[in-house]
Amino acid sequence: MSGTHEHEDSAAISKRVNALIARLEQVGFLSQGEIDAALVAFFEKARPENGFKIVARAWVDDTFRKRLLENGNAALADIGIDTSRLHMQFRVVENTAEVHNLIVCTLCSCYPMTLLGASPGWYKSDAYRAKAVRDPRGVLEEFGVILPPETHISVWDSTADYRYMVLPRRPQNTENATEEALAAMVTRNGLIGTALL
Amino acid sequence: MPTIFEIGTTVRIRAPRSSGHTRLPAYLAHKHGTVITCEGPFAFPEDIADGIRPPRLEMLYTIRFNAHDLWSDTTGNDVYAALYESYLEGGTTNERNT
Repeated sequence: MSGTHEHEDSAAISKRVNALIARLEQVGFLSQGEIDAALVAFFEKARPENGFKIVARAWVDDTFRKRLLENGNAALADIGIDTSRLHMQFRVVENTAEVHNLIVCTLCSCYPMTLLGASPGWYKSDAYRAKAVRDPRGVLEEFGVILPPETHISVWDSTADYRYMVLPRRPQNTENATEEALAAMVTRNGLIGTALL
Repeated sequence: MPTIFEIGTTVRIRAPRSSGHTRLPAYLAHKHGTVITCEGPFAFPEDIADGIRPPRLEMLYTIRFNAHDLWSDTTGNDVYAALYESYLEGGTTNERNT
C-alpha cells in the first residue's frame, strides 16, 4: 500500500464503499442521512481548535507542556479531550531553536483528525508524501518557510499507531497575551510543521 | 512480553512483504536506524488486515534514521518511524536471551 498504487486504487475503493452503502440502505440497515449525521458529529468535535487550545495551554503552563510531550493521551484527557476510544496514541513533538519538526504519512494519509480536523488535500498528495521525508527543507521552502541552515529537521512518518502533532514555538512578544489570544495565533499548518507562527 | 531491542540499539529494517497490507515503508527496507523508544505492545496491523483473530501483539519501536543514510544526497534531517518488532533485525545488544 505505498506510492502511486494506493492513489490509483482510491477510485476503486470509493466505488466499493458506495456499493456497500447502497446495499446497507437497501436492506434498511442505515441511510445516507445517518452517515452524513455521524460525519457531521465527528467533525464537530474533531476540529483544529482542539490543537490550538492544546498549544496555547502548553505555552502558558509548563507542567502541562512537559506532560504533553511525555504522554500525549494523558495530557489531552486533562483538558477534556477523550482519546480512550480511539485506539490511537498521540505524540506531540516540540519545535525549538535547534530542531524543527514536520509530520507526514508516506504510506497513506494518517493524520491526527481529532486534534486538527480533516486533513488538507496537499497532505494526501503523492508529492508531499514523497518529498517530505527526502527533502523537507525544499518542502518547507514551497510553504514559504525558510529555516536557518543550522536548524535540524526531524520528519515524523506516521507509519503505525502514533499520530503526531507539532508544538510550535511561541511567537515573540506575547508575554502578556491571554491563553485565548495565544490559541488564536496558532494555525493548522503550524501544527503539521509546514508553517512558523 | 519482553523488549528485544534496547534503546540505543542499531537495528536493520527488513523488506516489506510483497503483497497485502503493511505498515513498513519501502524506503526503509535494508536501512539501519537507532531505537529511540519502545512504545509497548500493539495489535499487528498485517494480522488485522489478513483477518487473523485475535491479531498478534507486537512491540512497537520508534526508530530514528539519519536521512543521509536513506538518501546520500540528503543531509541535515532525521526521519522517525514507528515500526513493529517483526520489521526489525539485528541489534547490537541483548538478542532474544533476556
